[in-house]
Amino acid sequence: MAAAPGLHPDAVEQKLHERFPDVTFRRQTGEAVRDHTLYVPAARIAEVCTFLRDDPGLAFTMLSFVAGVDLLPREPRFEVVYSLLSIPHAARVTLKVELHENGLHLPTVTGVWPTANWHERETYDFYGIVFDGHPDLTRILLPDDWEGWPLRKDSPLGYQEVAFTHNTPGRKVPSPDLTTLKPKKVRYRAH
Amino acid sequence: MTLNMGPQHPSTHGVLRVVLELDGETVVSAKPIIGYLHTGMEKQAEYKTYTQSIPQTDRMDYLAPMSNNLALCLAAEKLCGIRAPERAQAIRVLLTELTRISAHCVWLGTHALDIGAMTVFFYCFREREKVLSIYDQVCGARMTASYFRVGGLSSDIPAGLLDRCQKFVDEMPAHTDEYETLLSKNPIWLARTRGVAPLSAKDAVALGATGPTLRGSGVKWDLRKSQPYCDYETYDFDVPVGSAGDAYDRYMVRVQEIRQATRIAKQAIEKIRRMGEKGEYRLRDFKYVVPPKEEVKTSMEALIHHFKIVAHGFFPPVGEAYHAIEAPKGELGFYFVSDGTPRPWRMKVRSPSFVNLQCLPTMIEGRLVADVITAIGSLDIVLGEIDR
Repeated sequence: MAAAPGLHPDAVEQKLHERFPDVTFRRQTGEAVRDHTLYVPAARIAEVCTFLRDDPGLAFTMLSFVAGVDLLPREPRFEVVYSLLSIPHAARVTLKVELHENGLHLPTVTGVWPTANWHERETYDFYGIVFDGHPDLTRILLPDDWEGWPLRKDSPLGYQEVAFTHNTPGRKVPSPDLTTLKPKKVRYRAH
Repeated sequence: MTLNMGPQHPSTHGVLRVVLELDGETVVSAKPIIGYLHTGMEKQAEYKTYTQSIPQTDRMDYLAPMSNNLALCLAAEKLCGIRAPERAQAIRVLLTELTRISAHCVWLGTHALDIGAMTVFFYCFREREKVLSIYDQVCGARMTASYFRVGGLSSDIPAGLLDRCQKFVDEMPAHTDEYETLLSKNPIWLARTRGVAPLSAKDAVALGATGPTLRGSGVKWDLRKSQPYCDYETYDFDVPVGSAGDAYDRYMVRVQEIRQATRIAKQAIEKIRRMGEKGEYRLRDFKYVVPPKEEVKTSMEALIHHFKIVAHGFFPPVGEAYHAIEAPKGELGFYFVSDGTPRPWRMKVRSPSFVNLQCLPTMIEGRLVADVITAIGSLDIVLGEIDR
């Protein structure tokens, strides 16, 4: 749980409570939660990030990464993880936003850190989570015409026919309807 | 005019495609398009044990396999709350610093080749070859090392390895001088890199750049110093930084890093020698780490532990951990979410090239199309790591 020398997790939380008295920042607890992790309501994420970046005592000037997590069958099903880095304090803090399956929208943080652009596109690409206000929310790693959200837990790993068969004689063109393919059997465990 | 560059273009270092909007010879806007090498490593990792994902990481930044192995192992170790023994950490430091030298050599050779200096390429690949032979001796593979394991190493270092590494690090400073003789004051090199593709410190931080790209812009940030892992706090080395943030500064930073990496490797060799040419190379916590093979042949318990870990994998606690290392290209981190099963619920790779490439439009917009090549080269990207 060590944030870093010079920036104690409690100090970060206290500053957040002072600035946002109406928001509850729940700290993630667990057997092996190794980083300082706070839950933030989806609607406030951009504001909170702006504060964390601009407050001179915190100065989280860099966004390390944004990642999606699918926690099926738990509800809320999705989490978006933001890992923030403070270069002056050599500290990290992780923010998490929980999202229900029927409301996969949250504000973008590209206005706070331009680096979020590609990270958010990747999260959209993998999970179908929509970042409102993003300048160019398109697929980034997968082809533009890909259907489905590959890193969701209900998306199959295998049994997909190869995408390019035009130069292999005797091979059939694959069916674009991926629903006809049987998903791999996976046993889900409660998180 | 719209110009399509790549994905099959020799100077894009893989399969990068850039769509350039030009006004005459000036770049108005640039849009990198990636994903041609996407193999879904993060998805595949969810169906593999932590150990089985190690060979996958070799194929991410294929110029620095050991660094990738290390990042995964350290993240898994952080999740499990274990730590490899001191001797194993020293061997990891030695090999990752050699990796840094070899990765920077490949970068320097190909970057110079892009700009038109052919000789450097042959010099650099000569040294890279030596590092690959060291890999070959240590783990039997030249490029896909898969040598590190969660909790230590897959096997102890072979006899004679330290002497070979010693010879290499003793020769390396002279070779680095050779590279510098060819380039540092070369008027053509200066004309092609000085003031080209500049990136201000403010932009670099906002765009999330790390590694030599960030340090070239004058930000002194090195995870080995600021958030040390593998006992890096016990090694004596400097962090070179640039000032102008142009392609020349990034070149200088990387060349100085070769020198610093040589220095660290030297200290690591001494450290390993002090602890013995043969010795402890893996943690003796058989809940997470397989026992040494010699014991498996004689001890019943060791055999059971070996079988359990090989058959099922180890069971990390429920939780999550992110650990980042200073890879040759920047901050390489692994984020694991564990549900207590031997397979990670989620593995996220924070790869430095993916983030650094985002700086490209800022560097080249409003500049000449010929400088795009220099900009891409000076970023030091590997597409295997970008697309994963």
